[in-house]
Amino acid sequence: MKPYGLIAEFDTPAALLAAAEKVRDAGYRRWDVFTPFPIHGIDKVMGLKNSLAGWFSLAMGGGAFLSGMGLLWYTNAFDYPLIVGGKPMYSIPMSFVPSYILLVMGGAIGALVGMLALNQLPRLHHPLFNGSRFHLVSRDRFLLVIGANDDQFCAVKTRQLLEAVGGAHIELVEEEA
Amino acid sequence: MAEATTNLKSLLPPAELQRAPVVENNRGLGLLTDQLSAFAEGKIPRWWWILFLPSAFCALVLLPVCLFYQVTTGVGVWGNNHPVMWGLDIVNFIWWVGVAHAGTLISALLFLTRQHWRTTIGRMAEAMTVFSVMMAGLYPAIHVGRAWFDWFMFPVPTYNALWPQFRSPLMWDVFAVNTYMMVSMLFWFMGMIPDFAVLRDRATTRVRKVIFGFLAMGWTGSAHQWHHYEKAYVVLSGLCTLLVFTVSSIVGLDFCTAQIAGWHATIFPLYFVIGAVFCGFGMVLVILIPLRKWCGLQDIITLSHLDKVAKLALVAGLIIDYIYAMEFFIAWYSGDPYERWVFGHRLFGHQYWFLGWTLIGINVLVTQLLWFKKIRRSLLALFIIGVLINIGMWTERFVIVVGSLYQDFLPANWGTYLPTRWDVGLYIGTLGTFFMLYLLFVKFLPMIAISEVKGATPQGNPHHPLGGAKGGRP
Repeated sequence: MKPYGLIAEFDTPAALLAAAEKVRDAGYRRWDVFTPFPIHGIDKVMGLKNSLAGWFSLAMGGGAFLSGMGLLWYTNAFDYPLIVGGKPMYSIPMSFVPSYILLVMGGAIGALVGMLALNQLPRLHHPLFNGSRFHLVSRDRFLLVIGANDDQFCAVKTRQLLEAVGGAHIELVEEEA
Repeated sequence: MAEATTNLKSLLPPAELQRAPVVENNRGLGLLTDQLSAFAEGKIPRWWWILFLPSAFCALVLLPVCLFYQVTTGVGVWGNNHPVMWGLDIVNFIWWVGVAHAGTLISALLFLTRQHWRTTIGRMAEAMTVFSVMMAGLYPAIHVGRAWFDWFMFPVPTYNALWPQFRSPLMWDVFAVNTYMMVSMLFWFMGMIPDFAVLRDRATTRVRKVIFGFLAMGWTGSAHQWHHYEKAYVVLSGLCTLLVFTVSSIVGLDFCTAQIAGWHATIFPLYFVIGAVFCGFGMVLVILIPLRKWCGLQDIITLSHLDKVAKLALVAGLIIDYIYAMEFFIAWYSGDPYERWVFGHRLFGHQYWFLGWTLIGINVLVTQLLWFKKIRRSLLALFIIGVLINIGMWTERFVIVVGSLYQDFLPANWGTYLPTRWDVGLYIGTLGTFFMLYLLFVKFLPMIAISEVKGATPQGNPHHPLGGAKGGRP
């Protein structure tokens, strides 16, 4: 077993936000907050950049759109040209709608897959699940975790900092090596 | 001067301008979590069984019997015959697609417009979408007659080298409905991931822990996870909103590319979208009003939320009324004798004229009741109006499909249509399946978006005193 990080618990989102600012100002880099729902303003405190999930969606959606256009051209104009009502073999009005539908499908799958990939999900276990009070995150607790892999991490000093910013139930979580 | 400014800041807007709280009674986050997950964790109540058993009978006996007989015998077991080749199969298809649309509109469009009240009803509306698209998708698959050739509709390379014919909107429909089903399922599932984590963390038995742990996929609720999650959710909402306007438009195109009088109108795509949304709001009212009582959610799904749904239904209903007026006006204004014939006969025809009056009576007249606050605040009135809207919209689809087909251009070609018991049985079967799936969802899955509701409360707002903020406006 080796240490994974120190958990501190807060009662309100505002307290967590204030504590997060102080932890950031203390120079820690490998820390995260765990909340029952997204907290307004935490992105700014943590300096999170625009999520790439949108780009996953665009890539998958755009790919699906182009594949749709290609598929319709291949099937209806190239591989087996079929005259229907004297309409052109390949045209934008006929090919746009199904391709656009495929764009939506691809974009949706891309968004979900992108979200899961960026979050490194699915996973069956997480070291933080070893925390004795971690299950309260999904209820009404707001947790701040400073990782043991942070350069500044020190079991004593970091604990003191978390106490100073008002964290309760401070606990060292371990993970299997 | 400085004093005056502070006084101004501390002044709250007058009562009539203050927003109704998303959740009443101002419970803390923990109690709210208890309340929202209570139904999924508690014992199965008696009303659930009373509703579930008949629904399950329809779903597991009636529907398979009707399907088996129809698929093995042919579409002749239905009332469809020349000249009415589209009967209840298509009527019900459009009706089910319509029911689906309000769910997507509530969960996606209202999310994009930041309507916090949607958090309480969004999940239930999404579930309605998912299950009703399933029911809708069943109809075209069997109405083709030879269901074992359904795979012809997909571009699959085969030895006979045939491809689908993409110049037809019917082909677009295949893509639209399948995409709609898949995307609404993804949206529904993704919304539930954080709530699966709630149920996982609360689980007391090993089985629940494993099942919800598996479904939650290791969700921890870290800021990084929420960050990506919120982005993906916005993107999915945008895409779902596109689908609301696409799927029924394409169904409308199926009709308006035909030459039949009564179908051949450019207003059809819009007509079908708005009709779908209107019908769906009716279904939302029908589902929410009993469930909020039986599941003890009166202070979550508040009267104010139902009031807003009713207002949205009113808006959709008014657009529908405008389209009815336009249809009749254009039929007269076009000078086309066949158009005039069809529309005249919708109200004063040989058959089905009473259906025309039914739909005017419900969709035009009953809808106007929603103008009154007293009606919008009365649960019984809203429930009855919700049922009536569903009946009205079903009638509208019948009038459009059958009413236009049974008397076309040549009197020698006229005929009548009457649904057979297999038509009706199939419809009841799909209704039963829908309600069975819905009851299972309500009992075993998080039926309210727990994390979203908590995020929309003042306790979850870091800038609100109840969320721990110091100072500031209460």
